[in-house]
Amino acid sequence: MNLDSALHTYIAESRELLEEMEHKLLHLEHEQDKQEHLNAIFRAAHTIKGSAGLFGLDDIVHFTHGVESLLDTLRNGSMEMNAQLTQLLLACRDHIGDLVEHMAQGNTSASDDHRVCGADLTRQLQQYGVGAHADDNNGLLPAARADASQPVIERLEAGCVENDNWHISLRFGPDLLRNGMDPMSFLRYLGSIGNIVSITTLDDAIPPADAMDPESCYLGFEISFSSDANKQTIQDAFEFVREDSHVRILPPRSRIADYIDLIQALPEEDMRLGDILVRCGSLTGTELNEALRIQESLRALEMNRPLGNIVVEGGMTSQPVLDAAIEKQSRVRENKTRENHSVRVDADKLDHLINLIGELVISSAGSAMRARTSGDAALIESFSTLTRLVEEVRDSTLCLRMVQIGSTFNRFQRVVRDISAELGKEIELVITGAETELDKTVVEKISDPLMHLVRNSIDHGIEPMDVRRAAGKPAAGILRLNAYHDSGSIVIEVSDDGAGLDRIRILQKAIERGLVSADQSLSDQEICNLIFEPGFSTAETVTNLSGRGVGMDVVRRNITALRGTVELDTKPGQGTTFRVRMPLTLAIIDGFQVGVEKSSYVVPLDMVLECVELNEADSGNAAERDYINLRGEVLPFIRMRDLFAVRGQPPRRENVVVVQYGGNKAGLVVDQLLGEFQTVIKPLGKIFSHVRGISGSTILGNGEVALIIDVPDLVQHVSTLEYQAARARA
Amino acid sequence: MFRTEPQKRKCRAYIDGEMTIYNARSLKENMTAALSDKRSLEIDLSQVTEIDCAGVQLLMLAKKERTQRKQALVLTNHSAAVLDAFELLGLVSWFNDPVVMTKATGGQHES
Repeated sequence: MNLDSALHTYIAESRELLEEMEHKLLHLEHEQDKQEHLNAIFRAAHTIKGSAGLFGLDDIVHFTHGVESLLDTLRNGSMEMNAQLTQLLLACRDHIGDLVEHMAQGNTSASDDHRVCGADLTRQLQQYGVGAHADDNNGLLPAARADASQPVIERLEAGCVENDNWHISLRFGPDLLRNGMDPMSFLRYLGSIGNIVSITTLDDAIPPADAMDPESCYLGFEISFSSDANKQTIQDAFEFVREDSHVRILPPRSRIADYIDLIQALPEEDMRLGDILVRCGSLTGTELNEALRIQESLRALEMNRPLGNIVVEGGMTSQPVLDAAIEKQSRVRENKTRENHSVRVDADKLDHLINLIGELVISSAGSAMRARTSGDAALIESFSTLTRLVEEVRDSTLCLRMVQIGSTFNRFQRVVRDISAELGKEIELVITGAETELDKTVVEKISDPLMHLVRNSIDHGIEPMDVRRAAGKPAAGILRLNAYHDSGSIVIEVSDDGAGLDRIRILQKAIERGLVSADQSLSDQEICNLIFEPGFSTAETVTNLSGRGVGMDVVRRNITALRGTVELDTKPGQGTTFRVRMPLTLAIIDGFQVGVEKSSYVVPLDMVLECVELNEADSGNAAERDYINLRGEVLPFIRMRDLFAVRGQPPRRENVVVVQYGGNKAGLVVDQLLGEFQTVIKPLGKIFSHVRGISGSTILGNGEVALIIDVPDLVQHVSTLEYQAARARA
Repeated sequence: MFRTEPQKRKCRAYIDGEMTIYNARSLKENMTAALSDKRSLEIDLSQVTEIDCAGVQLLMLAKKERTQRKQALVLTNHSAAVLDAFELLGLVSWFNDPVVMTKATGGQHES
């Protein structure tokens, strides 16, 4: 197994688990079914700890152990949950998150800062009297009996057993004792690298007294072993006996199928073995039944082949059968564990697939065209079916990238809670439309601007409690996050029920800052939009949340960069709503196709302001200075012909596409204007990643490649050139 | 050493010294007769100074044999060495004999 990729998976999984933990912690207070939530939180911590052990991430293991102990006491009901505890657990969650991120950067042990923080939290945890092992040692009690008397609800998620212990199965060779070795010494050694949770010594192999050789070893052991050591370490314990003994080690949370393998491979009778496994606590009763049931169906399929050989022997023949059985079993509990049915796929693979689908669409369009020209009716018919199918495939592939926005929204629960506590405000977060789907890359990129909007609403939007009461509103403010689809784009709303924007103050400020002149007459909407201007902040007091100069202008710039828009809606005394409108996917854009000589280029349509003709007079002058007079305004421009070093003579009439980005305008001089079309963006290969001015490529209907112009980059390029030219002149 | 001391209602046996691979063969030979005793058999383990897996295996054999004959085998007065081995191998409940907890074994397990 590649440890590196496994570690990746671990980190990704931990992040998810931590997110879930946070979510559950935040909801715990309002939840009816606390037990279920506590169990989920406990499981999350437990899994993080357990897996960390596999990678030898001792810091995480140690710290999480304390957290887990506290959770365990809570789960047992020996302590009540309260706000203080929630706060502490949230802090612990954050610390675990820090540690995981630290590990993600390739460190194997925590930094000193982490240690100090961790020790502090551990102290706090210990104040609640945890840290001691509460109930580890019920090992020798026949657990099977206990199981029968008080049925425990078992979970069989993803075919794994609910058990964090290793299972070790030992069958020693007969000559072990004669060779001067004693199984007890192995067990003692095991005890030194972990904790033998339970052990069953098997007497089955001891023959009747007269046939028994007292110097031969007949003993076998089934051991449930809890340890943070890795498999190698455990295996090494049996280094000297591996040759003539059978040592089988199952890691924690092995698949049930592995246990079936184990049961079948061991010499003892299946039922008895199963019983032993249950007694060891390695399997629960339910899990055993499941295993035996699978085995049963296996047996039926295999027509009574000798038991124990099914899997061990020809691995090839039996594996599909086993898979089939497991599949059948997993269908049964499909409804139980729906969330476990998603498949984690590398985003790159998905991108690759989408790319391929793009190619497929193009080539099928080409083929369909050929079919049409051939005039063969049957061929045309079959191609039209093909085209339809390909389009369906394309649509559903694009859907693969769609994720629900809910998880992004849920992240704000914590933000709202923390910030409102800090500001002494009481704020309730109401989330609607969490199931609205949008492209994963959009989700990732929208999260920062959204965070800013949420903070802004909490800080500036919602008034302090006393002000609210004076205004006759409930003391607790409400912050709403809402998302919905609207004509090919997604709309995300952040609204508060605060005081609304103070237009007069905004206008004053804007005049003060020189953003508008005093005699300009502006509509209300225009005044409100002034807050998106660079260098605008109305907060009279600068808190550490907002008002640090990076304001709404950054939000707007980020959103515009994603080809989205942001607008706001405000009612004095009733609140403000920010409405962010984003394209559903970044993979498709509306483009404006232009031509230079024989090549085509695509400019994102929403950045195109207008197109004007570059008349000869201008062109003649412009040869020298690279800017034109656009209705009295200076418009710098770039000759695409020069930029991309296209050979040949420019045509008599050139055109200028006026593009705008971030308040700057620039012109792109091209030969022809070819019109609008919707296009799938294909990323450029790695070697082109440093090429300036191009953000991707697309394939046109006729199979030719068109480059997509990176307007922000070009605009910046133009302004830099201008600046340099100005300096050269000076 | 394995010696028996037949009593009226039961057969009482003592094992003293070590129960290891070195004397396992002789122990087994001495034991065989007692195992077929018709009365209930009680083995006193108080004098066992050392026991290894061979020794444990012998005791298990004794138990199995007796159980098969539907006759009782009671182990008594486990010495510290025996208790330690039983604990380690998870055999205390397997033999199901009353065990006196010593300080060293600290009542971790119930018998």
